[in-house]
Parts: sequence; C-alpha cells; structure tokens
Amino acid sequence: MRMTMKTAVLLTATMLAGMGSAQAETLRLLTWGGYAPENVIAKFEEMYPDIDVEVTLSNNEEMVAKLRATGGAGFDLAQPSHDRIYAPQLEYDIYKPLDMSKIDTSVFEPKLLDGVKANTTIDGEIYAVPHQWGTSGLMADKSKAPDFKSWGDLCNPEYKGKTSMRLKRTILLGTAYSMGEDPFATYSDLDAYQALLDKVVEKLSACKDNIKAYWKGGDDLSAMMLSGEIVASETWDSTAYKLYNENNNIVFVPPETGALAWIDTFVIPRKGEADDAAYKWINFVLQPEISQMMSESTGAIVAVKGGKDLLPDHLKAAVNAAFTDEDINNLKFFANIPPGVEDMEGKALEKIQAATGG
Amino acid sequence: MNQRDARRLSLILLFMPFALWILLLILLPHIGMGVLSLREKIAPRQYEFGFDNYIEFFTEPIYWHIMARTAIMSLIVTALALVIGFPVSYYIAKIAGPRTRGAMFMFCLIPLWVSDLIRAFGWILLLRETGVISGVLQWTGLISEPIELLYNDAAVIVGLVYTVMLFMIVPLTSTMDGMDDSMIEAGYNLGGNGLTVLRRIIIPYAMPGIISGSIIVFMLTAGSYLTPVLLGGKYSSWFTQTIYDQFITRYNWESGAAFGFLLLIFTSLVVWIGLKLSGQSLSSTVARS
Amino acid sequence: MTDSAVSDLECSDVCKNFGSVQAVKDVSFEIPSGSFFSILGPSGCGKTTLMRMIAGFEEPDSGDISIKGRSVLNVPPNRRNVKMVFQHLALFPMMNVFENIAYGLRCIGADRDEIKRKVQDVLNRVALPDVGGREIHQLSGGQKQRIAIARCMVLDPDVLLLDEPLGALDLKLREAMKIELKLLQHQFDTTFVYITHDQSEALVMSDRVAVMNNGRFEQIGSPQELYHHPKTAFVAGFVGDSNRWTGKVTAVQGDEIMVETGGGMSVRCRPGEGVSVATGDTVTLFVRPEFVQLAQGGKASGENSLEGKVDSLLFNGANSRALVRLGSGELVEVDVTLTGGVDDVKPTQDVALSWSAENAICFPSGAGQ
Repeated sequence: MRMTMKTAVLLTATMLAGMGSAQAETLRLLTWGGYAPENVIAKFEEMYPDIDVEVTLSNNEEMVAKLRATGGAGFDLAQPSHDRIYAPQLEYDIYKPLDMSKIDTSVFEPKLLDGVKANTTIDGEIYAVPHQWGTSGLMADKSKAPDFKSWGDLCNPEYKGKTSMRLKRTILLGTAYSMGEDPFATYSDLDAYQALLDKVVEKLSACKDNIKAYWKGGDDLSAMMLSGEIVASETWDSTAYKLYNENNNIVFVPPETGALAWIDTFVIPRKGEADDAAYKWINFVLQPEISQMMSESTGAIVAVKGGKDLLPDHLKAAVNAAFTDEDINNLKFFANIPPGVEDMEGKALEKIQAATGG
Repeated sequence: MNQRDARRLSLILLFMPFALWILLLILLPHIGMGVLSLREKIAPRQYEFGFDNYIEFFTEPIYWHIMARTAIMSLIVTALALVIGFPVSYYIAKIAGPRTRGAMFMFCLIPLWVSDLIRAFGWILLLRETGVISGVLQWTGLISEPIELLYNDAAVIVGLVYTVMLFMIVPLTSTMDGMDDSMIEAGYNLGGNGLTVLRRIIIPYAMPGIISGSIIVFMLTAGSYLTPVLLGGKYSSWFTQTIYDQFITRYNWESGAAFGFLLLIFTSLVVWIGLKLSGQSLSSTVARS
Repeated sequence: MTDSAVSDLECSDVCKNFGSVQAVKDVSFEIPSGSFFSILGPSGCGKTTLMRMIAGFEEPDSGDISIKGRSVLNVPPNRRNVKMVFQHLALFPMMNVFENIAYGLRCIGADRDEIKRKVQDVLNRVALPDVGGREIHQLSGGQKQRIAIARCMVLDPDVLLLDEPLGALDLKLREAMKIELKLLQHQFDTTFVYITHDQSEALVMSDRVAVMNNGRFEQIGSPQELYHHPKTAFVAGFVGDSNRWTGKVTAVQGDEIMVETGGGMSVRCRPGEGVSVATGDTVTLFVRPEFVQLAQGGKASGENSLEGKVDSLLFNGANSRALVRLGSGELVEVDVTLTGGVDDVKPTQDVALSWSAENAICFPSGAGQ
C-alpha cells in the first residue's frame, strides 16, 4: 500500500513537471464568432510555433459572466465591447491593467484609441485597447420599405407584423434617441434615466403588436429578412452587410438620430496566464494584411489607421450603400455603463417581454 | 484486513461515484446558490445577508406572472404528452410484437439523437411563414395566404411535447408491461365495456407510471430553455429565460440564484400537489419505474 | 340437440386454427345444468383456447357455442353470462376486496345498497365475511382463490370457467382447495367448467371429465368410466397410473387375447372398448398397479402369473409401491401395503405377481398416442 502511494506521488510529480516544461504555451482567447478566423490563427501559429491558440466564442454578457464566475481565470485574452469594461472591473475586479509599452499603439486610429482609453481608465491604469468597431442600427428591404429611416419606424403601423428587433439594450437606447432624448447624457443621473427608461418601456410595449418576433441571433434574423417575412429590423451592421451581398435591396440604414457605434476591445483577464502571448496576438492581428483577413471574416472595421480601406470590396460596397459622411459624423458611441444601469435596463427589457398577454 | 472490512471497503468504493456525484454536482452547487441567493447587493463589491432577492420576486408581478405562465404551459405539455403517450405505450406494452416494440422505442428516441438546437431549427423550418407546412398548405389550396405557425405558444407546446415524449412513454410502458393481460380480460369478463376497463382497470393500474412520467415531463419542461426561447413568440416568456437574463444580461447572480431556487421550490410544489391529488407517493412512482 | 332439456353450455363442432396450427378440432360437448365439468389434458392440448372461446376472447373458426340454449358467437365477452377465474386469478391489485367484488355489479349498474348487500352475501358464502376492507396483497393464497370465485359468483353466472386456478398453490393448500371448490360448486349450484392438466384434480372434483389431446376430445365420461373403461390408449395412459408394455398379439380367443411383450413376457388381456385387434397386431398394454397381486415367496396362480424379484420399495404411506423386476427384465409397479411389520415385502425378495385378464387392457399401438 505504501509502495503504491509513493509511486503515485512520483507519477503525479513527473506528469506535472512534464506539463510545465515540454508543452507549448497556450493562448486561451475568449472572443466573438469570426474574430479568430482559421487563416489568422494558422498564420499566428506559423510565426510563433510554440503558442497554441484556443478559441472560445461568446458575447458581451457571457464574457463578463464567465470571467466573473472564475474571478478572471480560464482565459488569457478577452474581447468585450468598450462599454463593458469599466463597471464590471469596478464590481467584480476581473481584468488586469495593460502594459501599454508592449503594444504598438502607433498603428491605432488615434480617435478610437483615445476614446477607448478614456472609457477604460481606472486609477490611472488603462484596461483596454480597441480592436474592431462597427455599428448597430436598422436594415430595410428598399423594395418593400423605401421610406424606412428611424428607430421609430419599427413601430410604424405601415409595417405591422413585418418588423423585428432584438430585446437587448440597443433597442432601448435607439428608441430613447428617436424620442428626442440623449440616454448617454442621462447616465449621470440615474433617476432621470429611470424616468426615460419608463417612457421607452411604454413605447416599446405598445409597439409589440407591430413586430413579428424578437430575433435572437444573426441566423434567425437573416432567415426572416431573406424570406421576406419581415421588411425591416433593428440589426448589427455586419449582418446587414452579409444580406446585402445576397440581396442588394437589403441595406443597412443608419437611423436619422445616428447609428450606435460599438468598439470591441482587447482586455487581459485578471488571472490570465499567458500575457506575453496575449500581447503578441494583439500586435499580430493589428498588422494591415491580418486586419484585412479579419474584416473579411467579421464584416467589422479594424481600429487601425485607414481601417475602412482594409475592408474587402464587397463590404466596402455595402458600407457605401449605407453610410454617407454625414452618417459617420453622426455616430453615437456607446457610453460606459455605470454600475446599476445594467440592472435598470435588464428590468426594462423584462417588462417589455412580459407586456400584454405575457 | 479481515473479510468484513474488505466487504465494507468494496461497498464504499461502489457507492463512491454516486456519493461524489451527489455531493459535487448537486449538493455543493445548490449550497453555493443558496448562499448566493441570500446576498443583497449594497454597492459594488459590497453585499449583505438578506431575503431581498426573494422579496423582489413576490413584489414584482412580472416574475410570478412568468412563473405561473411557465407552470401552466408545462402542465399543458404534460397533459398532452400523457394523452398522446398513453395509447402509444399501451400499444407497445400490450399489442405490439417484440420487433415492432423495438422500432417504436427507436422512433421515440429519434428526437433525442439530435441536439436541442438542431431540433428547434427543424421546427422553425417547418412552421415558419415561408416554411414547409405553410408552403404545402398553400400548394394544396387549403389556404391562400402564407400562414405563420411559429412564434406562438402552440409552437412551443408542440416542440416541447415532441421532445419529452420518450420520458412519458418509457415509464408508462414499463408499468403497463407488468400488467397481466388477464387483468384486462377479467375486466371485460366481469361485464365491463372498453371504457370501464380503461377507466377502472388500466388507468388505475398504470397510475404509478402516469405519475412518474408526468413528474419527469413536467420537470423537464419547466426547466427547458432553448425550445421555448427559439420557438416562442414575442408574448411567450419562460421562467428559465428570466433566470438566464438575471445571470447573464443583468449580472445579477444574486437574484438569478434566488429565482433558480424559487423555480425548484415551485415545481416541487406542483409535483407534491400532483402526488397528493392522485394518492401516490414518490417511492411508488418514480422510484419504481 | 337442444330440444330435450336445455343445457347450460353446449359446443358443437368447434374448430380453431392459429395459422397452420389446429388448436381445437371438432370439439362437441354438452354440460347439463349444475354439474362440475372438467377438461383434462396436457399443456398445449387446446384446452385453454377452448375456454377462451367460451369466454369470448377468441372466435371459433367454425362450429357453435351456446349458453342456456342460445348461441353466443357474436356476443362480446362482457355480454356473456360466463364468468372466469383466471389462472393467476387476475384480482385487481389497485382495488380492495370489496371493490374487486363490486366491480362486476357496478358494470351492470347495480345501485349502492344492492352492491353492498350482494357483496356481503357472497363474502359470507365463501366464508370470508370480514375481509371486505382488506387489500389484495394482504390475503393468503386460499383466500385470494375464494375472492376470485366470489367476484364471479356475485354476478350469478350461467357458467363459471376455472382455468387451472390451483396451479400456483402449494401442495397442501391445493389438496384442501380441491375439496373446497367441490363444496362451493354444490353451494352455488352453478355449472363449473374446470380446466386442468392434473388428473387428480379432475377426478376428485368432477361429475364428468373430458380428456383432451391434440385439440380433440378423446373421451367424455365420469371419473370412474375414464379410469376403468378408457376408450383410447391416451386416456388409459393419461388418467391414473399404469404399467405399460408394447407387444404383439399372438392369439385371439373371443373377448380375450394373448400378447407377447418385447421382453418375452406372455400376458392375457382384453382389448379396450370398441377396439378390435387381430393376431399379429402391435398393441400397447396397460395394467394399473393396484390390480396386480403380489405374493411373497411361493408360486403365483391365476390368469397372468409371473415371477420376479423386488427391486426397490417406494414408500408413500397408503400409496406405497414396489418395483418388481421380472425374469424377462421388465419392471412392474405394484401397489403394496407396508405396515412396518415383519410381514412386509422387502427388496431382493422373490415374489410372484398376478392379475386378471379383465384388468389388463390393450389398444393398438400408434393410435391416439
């Protein structure tokens, strides 16, 4: 019995030692679908043969939830949007400050870098740098809904039963803008924001009859739009661009109050174990030729200088069909979500979901 | 080591996986959830012990509304699964030959071969406005306009019944299998007609199976997530979705945990009432089949 | 056939096939009112199929079944006034005793008071007046038996069918129940049709017994007739115990014939009723153990006298037997009385056996086997 025990200990020790030395470093990436395409990973692993890239696909909410569950362990690099860094870090302490000296900041589009820095600096430490950006707005089938142009049109009886939206915070904010309010400005006064939310809830609850169904992901939205079951919807720009390639009548429509712009960032989880590899990945994917591959895969614009020019041709066409320069100047960047707002917005969404007959 | 110790040791070893399973996967997470659900958020990274998360549920009509809705829909699904499953089980247990029997069980298993997601997408393809059923109906001239069968409660119920069928049929079949054919013949022989035999003999005999199937189906349905979310319309909401939203969208783990417990308590309550009403007990139903 | 007295149950030329298997072939019989009638046969002989046809669970392919003179061919089982006690009784485990008995009454729409009265009445008659509130699993084997009968009798059936109901009981209880069943039948004065493969059950209880083999009735008669005057070799062999030999007819002398067995033993016997044999025929010969006389020591006299040596003794109280090996090598079973005294026959003792030709019956071989 004693003998066996000793052997077991020895065995375990050997195995642990083996794992430490012989195995290549692993970069565990927590990111969005399309943000780590096969060809990019292959090139990266070619350049750094001793780094293995492991990808876990997720979305904003789940990224934060996953990191919160482990206190920031389990992943070495994550990509939440720029508005999902400040409050979660304050509440759950799940990120690590970045060592900016290890990132080649010269490649970034300065406006975007500064914007992200401003949003994610806590106690003088910077927690995130931008990676890709895009917008949330509307899309419409021009042949069936030529005059569709604002968030409010989703509730226009003219399109009764032919519109859709996702029941998430984007629609709350968009609707607030369409009502002539500036939700981000009211973030500082939570009581005022609650009052605004109440109005939005009322409006969207009344609008429920007008929409066909709430979409849940890019797939069901695309299917409804392509089949003609709906003629207009709230959407991610990348989904709209993809549909534009299949049907040129379907275009992204920046709402007249301005499309909502998001920036997906790079952050390092607090208990990340491969910081060097993470910095290597950040610098790697910001190179122009890699950025091009990235845009091809995601349909979003990389936050480097001249990022828009790196878009593949078909996307450029879709973007040009959608945006005028005026539209671009009118972009509304998602503001940092202060602590407590997630909860208020969550409850507002629940109220809408449960409204009438629910 | 004498023989008694050896036997005791092997007994412990045999029991170990089950004990570990219960402890690590059932007990510990629930304790964790229980503790979590009793924390009140005061400020960022500051919590206090309290029942606020539970009180929130009862003071906010939306939540118990959705809970009641989930319970009612689950009961409808259970009832439908029973009504459809009973004759099928009777056929499998009492009429079908061994080969048909295997084939029938296989058919019931098919829905479980594919993942929840694929199954839901299958239903979406069939039921949507531009989907297969609508298309066929238009082609046969039964309807002139496309018809939307998706995004409503009926779609959710159909999808769920399809999924849980097997869990109703297996306990029912195994109970009815144990029923001596002569019991049914005796029922006729003593003057009962088909309805009397069904009502007074077959159903009472199958009651443990009915109850255990219903409990399993009800629990599965009330706890399901993907099917109601994907097939449900704008007015459909399911309590699991609310829990998910609390955890993921609202970062509100505390009330998510409380809601999870409330769902557990509530479904257990429904099961308990069902057992009381039918005069059965857990040991005579679920434990038996 | 029905123009004289109306019988409770009558079958005429009933046939039933399952695929290519003929389960019941041309069975005809008639049971007078109030009698205990048994159908005796080995398993697989078609007796259960016949009973299921009477109860209505199977339809005959041809022939007719009538109850109280009326054909029941197109009457569903729940409308036939034939009740059945199943092999495993088929009491309903989810009901208590009272409910089990009341089930049939409820089916015919009896009112509450009548049900109560009738159930109590039938419980009294089966001598279990106080078990109404008990659950089925609380009853003993014999009590279950009686409840199963009570459940049928409360409906006052024209015919009660019993499908080997004693099969599951242990020996002692089975013996007791045989008598009890007979008494119950007398008490209720209803026609009982009893199916069994156990010849002693049939012989003890029945007024008349039909011996069934391979889907056919071999013989119908009183137990004594079957025992003493079997009409076929099957009946002779199946009902009661017999020594059995095969041999060749060497001479025919009026009612008696001489048979020489394979072992070289010469036996004088009579042919079975209605059987004719000729010299040279192969026959099977039956001699019951109780008709063989055993004499210790000295030479035997009589029609068939043979000498041998006691091989072994099979002690079973009043039914003890001796196995005697004849000079020709054949074994003969002989009933003996073993009193425990010094006069008892002992193994290895030389003995002489004899039996009268009257008690040795032969049938042509190959027929009805």
